[in-house]
Amino acid sequence: MTATATVPVDVPRLSKPRAGKDRASRGKPNWIATVILLLGALYCLLPVFWVVTASTKDGSELFSTFTFAPSSHLWDNIVELTAYRDGVFWRWMLNTALYAGVGALLSTYVSALSGYVLAKFTFPGKNTVFSVLLMGVLVPGVILAIPQYFLFAQVGLTNTYWSVLLPQIISPYGIYLARIYAAASVPTDVIEAARTEGAGEMRIFSTIATSMMLPGLVTIFLFQFVAIWNNFLLPYIMLGDDGLFPITVGLNGLLNQGATVPALYTLVITGALLSVLPLIAMFLLLQRFWRVDLAAGAVKA
Amino acid sequence: MLFLAFMAAPIVYAVYLSFQKTQVTGLGLGSGARKQVFVGFENYVAALSDPEFGASIGRVLLYGLVLVPAMLGLALLFALLLDARGTRAAGFSRVAIFLPYAVPAVISSLLWGFLYLPGVSPFYFVFDALGWEAPDILSSDLVLFGIANIALWGGVGFNMIVMYTSLKAVPTEIYEAAKLDGATEVDIALKIKVPIIAPSIVMTSLFSLIATLQVFAEPTTLRPLSNSLSTSWTPLMKVYRDAFTRDDIYSAAATSVVIALATLLLSFLFLRIVQKRAFGQED
Repeated sequence: MTATATVPVDVPRLSKPRAGKDRASRGKPNWIATVILLLGALYCLLPVFWVVTASTKDGSELFSTFTFAPSSHLWDNIVELTAYRDGVFWRWMLNTALYAGVGALLSTYVSALSGYVLAKFTFPGKNTVFSVLLMGVLVPGVILAIPQYFLFAQVGLTNTYWSVLLPQIISPYGIYLARIYAAASVPTDVIEAARTEGAGEMRIFSTIATSMMLPGLVTIFLFQFVAIWNNFLLPYIMLGDDGLFPITVGLNGLLNQGATVPALYTLVITGALLSVLPLIAMFLLLQRFWRVDLAAGAVKA
Repeated sequence: MLFLAFMAAPIVYAVYLSFQKTQVTGLGLGSGARKQVFVGFENYVAALSDPEFGASIGRVLLYGLVLVPAMLGLALLFALLLDARGTRAAGFSRVAIFLPYAVPAVISSLLWGFLYLPGVSPFYFVFDALGWEAPDILSSDLVLFGIANIALWGGVGFNMIVMYTSLKAVPTEIYEAAKLDGATEVDIALKIKVPIIAPSIVMTSLFSLIATLQVFAEPTTLRPLSNSLSTSWTPLMKVYRDAFTRDDIYSAAATSVVIALATLLLSFLFLRIVQKRAFGQED
């Protein structure tokens, strides 16, 4: 541990070995910065603490006991939620996983392919395509959702899985990122070498380019996954049948009913807790891929 | 091609619809009685002169004015503090502040909505204990700040990570040199770090600005908990209501074209201003 050797003796040995190498942790402890950051962390964790304690309460305790006083009804609430309308909650969870998982995979593939083509090939109209794409980044999909609904209604696709999946496959931002990654990580020499060896263009893309772009593609995948998981407007508009709902639309509907049936509030809260758990787990596991350098792209464009 | 099908086509179709109107001819019976006719800018005039639209735009602008500077200011502060020397528990704070990004807007509005409810809220508990009268965050005066807080909670971590990532890319030697010249930590932060990551700040501002204009999920989720949110509280909520509750897809199309144009205009304007300023400094 060379890093520990350089720190003065009076530094408390709180920092983990990994943090010790960080340049931020060297020198005297900066208590003001630490306290401000911990306050920020507290603010961000407050609603999470709340949902954990609130989901252990039954209907009457929710409005009578102190906010952060836990109770013992978590399991009852989960059972009740599972029983609610034959387990429609778990159906919503599955739908969400399907929309976000499949949607993000397809979208990453399309982004990778388009980004690769935009970065490595020249074709007529390339610049036009790219500027339209940039405009697409500035006017995100949400504003298009309502016109998309009208179009889908014309071809009879509303209220199907497709109506939520298809519009989210194209992500201008994903393509934009993929173009940057392709330009930076796939050397043109390699492509040419593969061509002389007689590899087809699609084969070059799927075997060579994708593996070189992989770290970037994981970031695009995560972005899209979260974007689709968070998307509320599109499924809210497109779907009428609550068997197709993702969790966001489903819980929103449940909350609406809660206004007249307060007993549903505990279900809504328990549902909220269960639905954020998988995402939080994924976040913590894949943390190191969240290196978002928006500006690097901006400079190159 | 896919891009054309899913992005360009809806835009073209929306523009087309926005110039149309259903006209009922004769007695309004039979299949031929209702038809679309071209009405030029009639829908636009109606949309723009609708006082509800103006009010919703006003609310969103105020909302953006409250939210964007507060969110980015905090994000920048956190990013700089994370990068500062001697900060303890930085890893924990970073993950904790970033965590809300994983929570969908609907869920976070739901959580905060309950925290705002007098019967549940810990804030009311504290206020009660102190014998003060607590402000009603869900009342019509304050609900805008309540919603801004939700968006801030969800967005600050993401913006912090973006800025922090670009801070990390700066070679440490620059700071060492500044330090030798007698610069304090605060000097380094304000005079070196902030200008270096300016492009990141510009990009995050731009994306926040766009997100602000299309706020929809938060107020829609809060509506059952608060009766001070109308169905046309934001422009996008109004489009939704016109299209699906009132069945007036033509005026909804016109309004969404106006919003899209406004977003583009605002984005370009913003980039222009920022670029001018950047060049101004170089002279």
